Amino acid sequence: MFESIILAGFGGQGILLAGRLLALAGMKEGKHVTWLPSYGPEMRGGTANCMVIISNEPIGSPIVTFPNTLFIFNQPSLEKFLPKLLPGGLLIYDSSLVNYNSSRKDIDLVAIPATRLSVDIGDQRVANLIMLGAYVARKGFPSTEKMLSALKETLGEKKASMFEINERAFRKGLTYGKEA
Amino acid sequence: MKLVFSRPKSMFDRQTHYCPGCGHGIVHRIIGEVIDELDIRERTVGVAPVGCAVLIYDYINCDMYEAAHGRAPAVATGCKRVHPDLIVFTYQGDGDLASIGISEIIHAANRGEKITTIFINNAVYGMTGGQMAPTTLPGQRTTTSPSGRTPDKEGYPIKICEMLSILDGSAYIARGSLASPQKILQVKRYIKKAFETQIKGLGFSLVEVLSMCPTNWGLPPAKAQKWVEERMEALYPIGEFKMPKEG
Amino acid sequence: MAEKLLMKGNEVLAEAAVRAGCRYFFGYPITPQNEIPEYMSWRLPEVGGVYLQAESEVAAINMVFGAAGAGARVLISSSGPGISLMQEGISYIAAAELPCVIINVSRGGPGLGGILPAQSDYFQATRGGGHGDYHLIVLAPHTLQEAFDLTVLAFDLADKYRNPVMIYADGFIGQMMEPVELRDPIDLSTLPPKPWAITGAKGRERNLIKTLYLEGDKLEAHNFRLKRKYDEIVRNEVRYELYMMDDADFAIAAYGTSARIAKTAVKVLRDKGIKVGVIRPITLFPFPYSVYESFANQLKYILVVEMSMGQLIYDVEYSVKGKVPVGLLPHAGGIAPTHEEIVSRILERVESRGDQR
Ligand SMILES: Cc1ncc(C[n+]2csc(CCOP(=O)(O)OP(=O)(O)O)c2C)c(N)n1
Ligand code: SF4
Repeated sequence: MFESIILAGFGGQGILLAGRLLALAGMKEGKHVTWLPSYGPEMRGGTANCMVIISNEPIGSPIVTFPNTLFIFNQPSLEKFLPKLLPGGLLIYDSSLVNYNSSRKDIDLVAIPATRLSVDIGDQRVANLIMLGAYVARKGFPSTEKMLSALKETLGEKKASMFEINERAFRKGLTYGKEA
Repeated sequence: MKLVFSRPKSMFDRQTHYCPGCGHGIVHRIIGEVIDELDIRERTVGVAPVGCAVLIYDYINCDMYEAAHGRAPAVATGCKRVHPDLIVFTYQGDGDLASIGISEIIHAANRGEKITTIFINNAVYGMTGGQMAPTTLPGQRTTTSPSGRTPDKEGYPIKICEMLSILDGSAYIARGSLASPQKILQVKRYIKKAFETQIKGLGFSLVEVLSMCPTNWGLPPAKAQKWVEERMEALYPIGEFKMPKEG
Repeated sequence: MAEKLLMKGNEVLAEAAVRAGCRYFFGYPITPQNEIPEYMSWRLPEVGGVYLQAESEVAAINMVFGAAGAGARVLISSSGPGISLMQEGISYIAAAELPCVIINVSRGGPGLGGILPAQSDYFQATRGGGHGDYHLIVLAPHTLQEAFDLTVLAFDLADKYRNPVMIYADGFIGQMMEPVELRDPIDLSTLPPKPWAITGAKGRERNLIKTLYLEGDKLEAHNFRLKRKYDEIVRNEVRYELYMMDDADFAIAAYGTSARIAKTAVKVLRDKGIKVGVIRPITLFPFPYSVYESFANQLKYILVVEMSMGQLIYDVEYSVKGKVPVGLLPHAGGIAPTHEEIVSRILERVESRGDQR
């Protein structure tokens, strides 16, 4: 397998964390992984993105120019990254915030109202986990068990109280993704 | 009975290279005596400056560093942080401390770094040939202020003791002068107190010494001493500026 | 085998230093290396060490001079502009033969430049950087595991040769995350003694750490002594990686992140049947000149890929002495070369020579 992923949206939407969780769960699955955040001037504008690679082979470049999976959390990111998505690639986007207005037909589309669903759960900050749930539903990878163990490890003791609501969000995305 | 001219044990038996009437040799000797009296040679570390006194390590027999120009307080900080039990002092001229190294000395003092600085103010850059220093007096001729320092063009003399005294991290700050034997004894008391401040762990200590550079002032030694008394002391009042708060 | 952890590059560098016995860190904030001082500020007190934020890089490197002279394992890190400010102190440290480790998580220059990854301080790192005749040992990791291992090695080399060692990373290495296997901390009591260090002249002759030699013959003797040391480093410490070079007709010369990208390009090109490999210097000083030279007759072309405007290429060309054509793919300012670009540059060469099999 060679998964090259870009996650993009606004700062504060948990983009970097979502990428880390994917990379960590991938590692727990025994894969080679890299995670590379955007830093620098573009962060000042409030956007955030990161690149994740999950691979059977040792990873050369950690830079993803043409992803085969795209997580999109806001409109400008869709416009910026959609043209780079490889044919046959997967686009997961938050349909509460993003209006899909492209004519591309050569990709797999998952529209999930992650922000609206997160409000139902009671915390907008967990929309990122809902998106991850949808990804796992579609790909069957990484396993739910590894994702949740990555979540637990990343939250650590300090934020252990946040585990439960994040898990609920992840499972919500999982269910939604399977139905979609 | 005490022999007035016996060499301090913590000094090498060696003639100094300084010009006749220079203040550096006097202050070296005071430091040697203080180290002897406090019996701390084996745990004292000196940091030499860049300036005429760079070779202070040829005279004082303890572990020593030679720092880059102005950086002695940073070097001393690095050493003291590794060996908090050692007694670390820097010895710096006025170009070294008050010009290129002004940042290092202010921050070492402000951190309350437990080191001692002996600051020799001779109102010029000695080693490089008598150029203007930040401490040069208004009107004083130097090789780079040939018609006399004019404050509106070259700024005012920097008063280090006054400046450092207001920092919360400084514990003991004093200024003495080499203008007379009595004043030299007073300098020795100050320097001893500065080392004691460090030994007790009370914070940063500094003693400024108004000192002669007969060579670059173009004055014979006796007149140079008089110049310190009449001109320098008028601008740079001597005395203790800040006393340590005992534990 | 220790378990693997997913860690950020800057934190890997910092943790590696702690496990290598480093107990002192002096620094000043600058992007993209801030996670190193941030990590050290809580980690060092945990192991009885000292973290101190200096007032400037100028002060920080001189604190390193003091702490290294006092016999400690000490680390400092910065990026471009801060490394420039440290050059005076680094020259003094090299002259006084004090061991320390300097990390440059390099960013784009010149001037304030930018904060994105670059490799534009290659000349500065490999030619000494400050005034006078001296060299740092320069190690350039291209994965985070290597960043860990080379940092541990850096402290050993620094002590062995009494010489500053630079870890020359780039912003990608500093900012990315990758699984790393952390080696156990060394036992500090096994480190060789440093009889030359400043510890207080108790029961021994006093020690003196200095760099001034006023007489010409004494300074020259000092310079020759340093040169003998650098020669020994050149003999013993050259490190490099050959990636798919056995049957290669083409080679890519690259280090650090550029080398990772080059490896991806090699995979793509090999799938097309083109025999290409990577010669990757791990030590930038000492540089593997003879390694490049040994391939000169086998190769049809060498492409130098660097995130700078043609610095590494000087050493590659010096190695092969005109025996094989050398081309350059430069980038700067935070723009990394893409493997697609590398592929097309090699393909162009293959096609123009008509020797694709
Ligand atoms: C970076 C740097 N700049 C300049 C010099 C040249 N330099 C050597 S000594 C000195 C001035 C020393 O004057 P001061 O500190 O007043 O000491 P004095 O010689 O008067 O005792 C200068 C500028 C240097 N060594 N390093
Ligand atoms: S030049 Fe001045 S400071 Fe230097 S040794 Fe001579 S008198 Fe002393």
